[in-house]
Formats: sequence, structure tokens, C-alpha cells
Amino acid sequence: MTGTQVAITLAYLLAAVLFIIGLKQLSSPKGARNGNFIAAAGMVVALGATVPLLHFTQAGLVITAIGILIGTVVGTVGARLVRMTAIPQMVALFNGVGGGAAALVAVAELMRFGAHPQLAESFPSVFSIVIGSVSFAGSAVAFAKLQELMTGTPITYPRQQVVNGVIAAAILAFAIVVLAIASVPIAFVPLMVLALILGVAFVLPIGGADMPVVISLLNACTGLAVAASGFTLNNFALIVAGTLVGASGSLLTKLMSDAMGRSLGNVLFGAFGQVQKVAGGVPGAAGRSVRSASAEDLGTLLAYSQRVIIVPGYGLAVAQAQHAARELADVLEKRGVSVDYAIHPVAGRMPGHMNVLLAEANVPYEQLKEMDEVNDDFKNADVALIVGANDVVNPAARSTPGSPIYGMPILNADQAKNIIFMKRSMRPGFAGIDNELMFGPKTLMFFGDAKDSLTKLVSAVKAA
Amino acid sequence: MNQLLDEFTFFVLAVFVGFEVISKVPTILHTPLMSGTNAIHGIILVGAILIAAGASTPVNIVLGLVAVTLATTNVVGGFVVTDRMLEMFKGRRPAATAPQPEPKK
Repeated sequence: MTGTQVAITLAYLLAAVLFIIGLKQLSSPKGARNGNFIAAAGMVVALGATVPLLHFTQAGLVITAIGILIGTVVGTVGARLVRMTAIPQMVALFNGVGGGAAALVAVAELMRFGAHPQLAESFPSVFSIVIGSVSFAGSAVAFAKLQELMTGTPITYPRQQVVNGVIAAAILAFAIVVLAIASVPIAFVPLMVLALILGVAFVLPIGGADMPVVISLLNACTGLAVAASGFTLNNFALIVAGTLVGASGSLLTKLMSDAMGRSLGNVLFGAFGQVQKVAGGVPGAAGRSVRSASAEDLGTLLAYSQRVIIVPGYGLAVAQAQHAARELADVLEKRGVSVDYAIHPVAGRMPGHMNVLLAEANVPYEQLKEMDEVNDDFKNADVALIVGANDVVNPAARSTPGSPIYGMPILNADQAKNIIFMKRSMRPGFAGIDNELMFGPKTLMFFGDAKDSLTKLVSAVKAA
Repeated sequence: MNQLLDEFTFFVLAVFVGFEVISKVPTILHTPLMSGTNAIHGIILVGAILIAAGASTPVNIVLGLVAVTLATTNVVGGFVVTDRMLEMFKGRRPAATAPQPEPKK
């Protein structure tokens, strides 16, 4: 081993240590931001250590420079300009391109090996091509669903599971062909195409509300694809960093589905054949009446309450109404009303998303109450003000065993003395089911864009 | 063969470290943590550059260029967007510490 090799190995080791410390810090609120910097430092070390390994051809130098330039600009601009509400789909996008890169690296390696490579080299390549492509295509669909380029409701068709099974079997068959024969370097093309199709088919039947779990799972997949590429390239940094992400990502996926009170299997395969059945079983909204109220009435109700709990949901995020919500809380507090925010673990579109949004609007942390903390408090509240949330306060999660959200922990908004339900329309939420709470005797509906409605309530409270 | 065994050892150990290191994470950090790990698998950029650097055939040039571009987007975008999320928590009392009791009226 030459001196340079020793230095490179030690630098990779340092990078791995920095990644581990970074991850550790990222999982505690105090050190999270530092953790991100530490992980980024690890990335710089790993990239720097790779430089002595490179033997640039002229074309190689040019494409490396161009690629890094484009990627840096796109990554920085994309990450800086994206609205906070659109962050989940941005993460999906960044994950997808990582998966795509892993698959392409494996393709290039497989072609370099030529005909009949050793199994120890070709197996990880094939694994990386398949998993990386699934992750790329799956992330693209997740992005489209969250960005509302396509419907967020599950897309199901008859025999869907059979179709997906057939695609998976075909991939397996092709993988064996590539591994066993591999005399045609082009054999990976159908493999890649099939894996892309599987990625799309796999995410289509999963509802928009479950996308965070899917993105987390695909994130773990990309990590494993990267680790596999590391085996192909015999690169320590890729193996360790990729595996770290694969393992921690898998655990995080489980933690996320736990937070929604569902099993991972239920999230991934729950929609198969279930949606239609439930849609028929739940009473429809048609022909049922709800009570709606004017801004003045509601302003008076709020102004003379003792305790108000705001339940923010995705509608608030979409309308960029977090500042208006804080304004309403401010005018209420000036009148001596105590105001808290009840944050469901999956409020917004990702666990923790709502905390980020409200923090942006300078809502004090003390007022952000997690579900377990606030749930017993609802019965003491004069008003539960539901702003653009729906599924997270749907009592069907407690009472209707057939419902897709049955068993999900919900906020007990229905126990408050009055419920103000602010919504754009009677349209059902992300889970695609009706909410009994809207028809309840204590519930007042207030229709409109969350931001406009909140602004109206602010003036109404001031006038009251 | 020896090398493969070494690599397999690293792999298995990294699996356990990966599980262990994030075993206790509060819900509010799920999204930033996912985004952070997302940035870390951008390490594939190392592989992409190794491929791109030695590229000479047209196919390899295209593969290398696309791979480096995608991987750089993953790394840079991943870390920047994670930082943007965590920036929001800056200078505040972390939510995971004991919450203050509600003032009684």
C-alpha cells in the first residue's frame, strides 16, 4: 500500500465518521443544524480524497466540470427558491436523481466489465441498476402526486397486485439472464426499462397522504443502490455511506408509519381493492346539511372564549396562511384568550412539516403542542379552530373499522365545546373520505381560502 | 475474494450503526432527518466522478455527464434544503425538551 492509498483510506474513514456523527446530531433538535453541516463536511472530505484516484481524459475533465456546475446551480437554486410548502416533493426529486445517478454509474461499470464479468462485480451492478431505477421512477411519481401534476388519490385497477408481481418476476428473470449470460452488454436496457415501470406501478396505488412514507422508503432504497455501486467500484466511502442511509432510512420509514398508526404493509399495499369498498360504505356528503356561520359570529365566539386550540392542516400550508394564523392568535391573546396549536404528527404533508411552517411564521415553540400533549385538553377548550385540516380530526379513525384511516391516532377536536371548521369546500381530504365531524351539532363551517378566512376573523375579533 | 469479504464486513457493521444512530428521533425531526440522509446518499457523486473522469467513448461520456449532474444535484440540493428546514428552528427552544405548563386562567 502506498502512502497515497493509506491517506485516501484514512480520509474515507474520516468521512464515514463525520456522516455517523452528522446523523446522530440530526436526530436531536439541539444539534440538528450542526449535524447537517458535519455531514456536508464529510461529503467534502470524501470528494477531496477521491481526487488522487482520478485519471482524467480530456473529455472526462470537461464533462465532470460541466456536470458539477449544472448540478450545483440546479440544486442550490431549486433548494433555495422552493416554497416551504413544496419541500416534500423537493426531497422526492433530490432522492430520485440520486437513484438515477446510482443506476447510471452501475451501467457504466457493467459495460466496462465487458462480457462475462465475475458475479461479485456484476451482481451489485444489477442490483444497483434495478433499485436505483425503481427509486428514480417512484420518486418522480411521488413528486407528480405532491405537486398535483396528477391526482393524489390512489390509482387502482383490477389485478394490480398480479401485474406488479409479473413485472417483478420479469425483472428477476432478466437479472438472471444478465448475470448468467451477460455476453451482450446491452442486456441491461430491458432490465432498466422494467425497473422504471415497476417504480411507477408501485407508487401509483398509494395515496398522496402516504407519500412521505414512500419517499422515505425510496430514500432507503437509493442508499442501498449507492452501497451496491460501492461494491462494484470497490469504494469504501460509497459502501459505508450508502449502507448507513439504507439502514437509517428503513428505520425512519418504520417510525413514520408508526406515527400514522399504520403498518408499513398497510401504507404500501392498503389501497389494493380497498378504496372502492369503503367509498360505498361511508355515507356520502350529498344531501346532508352543515351549519355555516358568518365571520362576525365566529369573531364574537372566538373573542369571548377562554381557550382556543388551533388545528392547522395542509390547507393552511397551501394558502400560505401561517402568518395570518399567528396574527389571529396575537389578537386573541391580547384579549386574554389562551391560544395553542395542536400539531398532528403528520399535519402538512410530512411528519414535522407543520412545525417548520409555523416556525417560519414566528409562532413561539411553547404554543406548538404535540398530539399526546394536547389531546386531553380539547374538552376544556371553548373552540377548536380547524384550519385546512381534515383527516387528522376525522372521528372515523376511532369509530369506523372499514375506513382507510381507521386506527390512525387523531386529534380530539370533536371534544371541544365548539368547533369551527375552516375549509375551502366540502371536498374530502387527502384520504378521500367524508368527515362526520363537519356534520356534528357543535360544528360551524366557514368556507373559503384559509388565508382570506383568517384575515376576516382577525378583523371580526378586533371589532367584537 | 479478500476484498469482497472486507467490503461485506463494512456493509454489515454499517447496517447496525445506521439503525443504532437514529433510534431515538422526535417526530418533528423526521422530515429534516429524511432530507439529511437523502443528501448523504449523494455520495454516489464519488462514483459518478470516477466514471466520468476516465470517459472516452461517446456512451461513457453521456453516462458520465448525466450521472455527475444528477449526483451533484442530489448532494447540493439535499444539504441546502435540509439546512433551510433546520434554519427555521434556529434560536428557539427545541420542542423535545420539557414543554412549559399551560398558564392557568
